[in-house]
Amino acid sequence: MSLPDGVERRDFDGETGLATRGHPEYGERTDGEWRRWDPHRSKLGAMLELGLDTGLEGGETVLYLGAAAGTTASHVADFAGPTYAVEFAPRPTRDLLDVADHRGNLFPLLKDAREPATYAHVVEPVDVVVQDVATRGQGRVAALNERFLRPDGRLLAAIKARSEDVTADADAVFADVLAAVEDEYEVLATERLDPYHDAHLGVVARPRRE
Amino acid sequence: MTDETAAWFAGLDPEDEAGAAAAVTEGSADHTADWPALAVEAGFADDADDYYERLHAATTRATREAVRERERADDQQLVHAVRAMADCERTANELAERVAEWGGSRYGDDGAGVDYAREVAARGPEDDESDRALRSLAERTLDLAEEAAALRATIERTAPAVAPNLSALAGPVLAARLLSLAGSLESLAKQPSGTVQVLGAEDALFAHLQGNAPSPKHGVIYTHEYVSGTRPEERGSAARALAGKLAIASRIDHYSGDRRPDLERELDERIERIRTRSQGGDGQ
Repeated sequence: MSLPDGVERRDFDGETGLATRGHPEYGERTDGEWRRWDPHRSKLGAMLELGLDTGLEGGETVLYLGAAAGTTASHVADFAGPTYAVEFAPRPTRDLLDVADHRGNLFPLLKDAREPATYAHVVEPVDVVVQDVATRGQGRVAALNERFLRPDGRLLAAIKARSEDVTADADAVFADVLAAVEDEYEVLATERLDPYHDAHLGVVARPRRE
Repeated sequence: MTDETAAWFAGLDPEDEAGAAAAVTEGSADHTADWPALAVEAGFADDADDYYERLHAATTRATREAVRERERADDQQLVHAVRAMADCERTANELAERVAEWGGSRYGDDGAGVDYAREVAARGPEDDESDRALRSLAERTLDLAEEAAALRATIERTAPAVAPNLSALAGPVLAARLLSLAGSLESLAKQPSGTVQVLGAEDALFAHLQGNAPSPKHGVIYTHEYVSGTRPEERGSAARALAGKLAIASRIDHYSGDRRPDLERELDERIERIRTRSQGGDGQ
């Protein structure tokens, strides 16, 4: 499994970890201009660490749903091209703005990922949709945002079981969410993100249309 | 064609940054399109790099403004919560007095307050109609007291997000009370510190203005330890110092939203000086 251009495995004080080049944002360890991308703090980081075939090569146009304070979005913008970062909660978005100040290719948007019409006038067609939204209806969010993907694009989603139903069995939740995703996508690969993230499923999918 | 008119940059002067931010916030479109190419075609940008530079400026500005507005809107939720908490506390106390009066007449108890209501609510079942009615009233009283406690916990959790500096200086509940008395974070931020000092003491203030009373030294900020815990002779100075910092904190919270830990340190030092000078007796 090759890593995208701009993501490298590097040594941080005797520990090997993923890294990207950019302005440090949250007290992560650094080595020169390289900054550690901790898979425990980032679901996409965990997907790469676990060797899931994301298809990422570097330089892609990205729509990031659920950017929160920008921990992962900052690493994505380090190796990707134009990166649209959608977040719904105002508080973390303040931190996301700081991350965007250091990255001309990161475009922060205070919008609801369940209402794509509110940002379709800004977001161009993209190569990759990264989704990490901790709300109910994660499958529906993925289906609604399929419209932004180019025909050969990829959805990279981290599905959080507890956001759908705190009591239900995780596998049953994942099956339901995947069924909703499959309305619009063909699922190419899935993998549990343990031990980095408890009860999360990493999903790689591509649009079903021609 | 329809795609083009739906673009955030449609009809905009490239130099109009405020208009661009408003278009990002308020616009919408059914479908995405190759906006960078369309923007160059429309003459809005020279090339893709130029487009992305304008997009970055527009999205960061729009998002910064939208974040501020949303957090400001949250101040109204906080105002409702603190008023509801005050209503629940006041009503629980009134009902607790009623329970105590009733219980005193029936059992010869001399308990008082919510604690006595708890005692009555916990008593075993008795068949008498009045026993049941009294116990039921005591249970409602406790429910209201618990509701007040739950609202307090909500305020303690949300106030620091709405007004971080004010909450750090005043404590979350007093911060919410000040917002409630002023009406909103914006109107609190526009009050001079002398008004902040006497918020909640309006009756005393009007009596003073009519010439019947001395000027009030403090309103609701009396609940702050820096006022109530200072010797009576110096309490006016402490209230003035605290109100001054609270006024500044509310302005920072409203206009910038950044945390400024220096404020707390300055206030601590100021109160320390006020408290020691009266003991030293050197007047200053």
